[in-house]
Amino acid sequence: MIEVRGLSKVYGSIAAVDHVDIAVPRGVCLGLLGPNGAGKTTTIEMMEGIREPTEGTILFDGEPLAAHHRDRVGIQFQQTALQEFITVEETIRLFANLYSRNRSFDELVDLCDLQELLDRDNRKLSGGQRQRMLLALALVNDPDLIFLDEPTTGLDPQARRNFWSLIRRIKAEERTIILTTHYMEEAEALCDDIAIMDRGTVIARNAPNALLGEHFQDGVIVRLPTKDTPADAFPPEARLYPGYVDIPTTAVDATVKELLSAGISLDGLSIHRPNLDDLFLELTGTSLRE
Amino acid sequence: MRLKHITAMIHARNMEFFRDRGTFFWNMIFPFFLIFGFAFAFSGDGEEVLTIGTFGDPPAAVTDADQPPAFLDMPGVSYRSYDDGAYAEDQVATHQIDLLIDWTREAYLVNVTSERGALAEQVLRSNGGGMLTRAEISGEPIRYIDWFVPGVIGINMMFSSLFGVGFVIVRYRKNGVLKRLRATPLNSLEFVSAQMVSRLLIVTVTSIIVFAGANIFLNFMMKGSYLLLLLVTVVSIITLISFGLVFAARFRSEEVASGVINVAVWPMLAFSGIFFSLENVPPVMRHISRVFPLTHFLEATRAVMLEGAGFAAISGNLAAMAVMTAVFLLVASLIFRWE
Repeated sequence: MIEVRGLSKVYGSIAAVDHVDIAVPRGVCLGLLGPNGAGKTTTIEMMEGIREPTEGTILFDGEPLAAHHRDRVGIQFQQTALQEFITVEETIRLFANLYSRNRSFDELVDLCDLQELLDRDNRKLSGGQRQRMLLALALVNDPDLIFLDEPTTGLDPQARRNFWSLIRRIKAEERTIILTTHYMEEAEALCDDIAIMDRGTVIARNAPNALLGEHFQDGVIVRLPTKDTPADAFPPEARLYPGYVDIPTTAVDATVKELLSAGISLDGLSIHRPNLDDLFLELTGTSLRE
Repeated sequence: MRLKHITAMIHARNMEFFRDRGTFFWNMIFPFFLIFGFAFAFSGDGEEVLTIGTFGDPPAAVTDADQPPAFLDMPGVSYRSYDDGAYAEDQVATHQIDLLIDWTREAYLVNVTSERGALAEQVLRSNGGGMLTRAEISGEPIRYIDWFVPGVIGINMMFSSLFGVGFVIVRYRKNGVLKRLRATPLNSLEFVSAQMVSRLLIVTVTSIIVFAGANIFLNFMMKGSYLLLLLVTVVSIITLISFGLVFAARFRSEEVASGVINVAVWPMLAFSGIFFSLENVPPVMRHISRVFPLTHFLEATRAVMLEGAGFAAISGNLAAMAVMTAVFLLVASLIFRWE
């Protein structure tokens, strides 16, 4: 559906995006993950045609990306202001008029749960309502490709989960979605495929489970506070982070015995299944949310 | 250019304007305040001194005499000389001067409807003015407010066009409305056209309402064609909006935009001839004032309203504004950016 090759964006001497290659097949939901400043937004804004790349090519359905492709793309930006003093319904109709093809208004309202909000002024929407409305704007032209840039940032957990169920409905329609987020649960819940970005490059790319399997096999992570234990007392596979240590293992019993025999206290020990946050830590040494 | 895009944007912008009660209210009320305020302030007969105009040179018999006639140098009278006889007569007819001495006919011209004219005539005759023949003219006075009303409309047009377009687009750019629209198939020409047309409609309607509303009470002098007045107004608004687009094209901050717009607004307020006539300012100032769109608007509207000028007489002003519009639009389109 969309493919980028050698995509770069340089601001002055800083490469915000550095030779990124991503191909997204039709019907796939790709999650673009990474901490703030990793280059996610710049990357998708180039794919949206909003920002000119310094270098590289972008192909939409095999053709170089051009202005006319905007008719087939739906976009939800991280922050969007809307014209003031107009209602949700008027805003949706305004945007509908800007595209050559439209999804039926009633269908859109149902899909995004906007029935109650149609007469409300844009300024009077709550965070979750606003995101649903912006999603409706992204879908107004019945797009083949949808970009969602951190759509749930700033929402409370309830609103976030509601929003996920909306996105699942859209996914069920076999549309191609590119989503950026720094919530791991979100990527795990929604994405078929994940690209992790750090400092302008893609450092890992696969389906969420495959990605975890690659790095953690079928194991779990044993986490222990470091306290005063010297670093060299931990087994060699242990990864040291400020204040705690993570030990990936496929045999918890053996690992625990090893720790005890080394005279390390097990106070505060926890065991969890590795998630994308652990993967990110593993890959970059910093937490995704930092 | 797709008409559907433009009309959708115009509709949205109009609703935004009309529902923003605060802005709407001040856009409508402010010019009324100004007009009635000035009408009240200048309602009395301010000038105590009589003004006598002269046209042509006195005959040799007068200049060669030992003493010039007393009526050419009377205390308490200010004299003004004219090069254009028809214009000078018009000044008498509209009560701008109290009496005209026309040496080419060796006559004096007095307006029979003017009390000050009758007074000036008495003073003249008692100072040897009997040597001149008497000629009469009649005509209603131009009040200051008749002269000033195009200025008020002009001020309102200027603020509404510069800030209404400049400011709004800068705000859209700053808060991301522009970026969101850019992600749609709407192109910049369509977007800008919609903003222009929407503002043109709003400012034109506001101007008509202000003029017509104040006219009910003050009954402005109108010697020319209302249709021509409307044409001048529309052309001027387009010019001012285009000027506003130059400011709107790049700035990201409303503070910077409003600062720069003010830099453009104040010279126009001071030197376009809104409050006082440019006839008495130094020539250099008069030349500079030609670059302001408002100068042309005011000249043309006053010519139509106060002198009954036709299309030909004001075509120079219209052409100047058309050229300015083209230049402003070109510059704006060259420097426009979405973000």
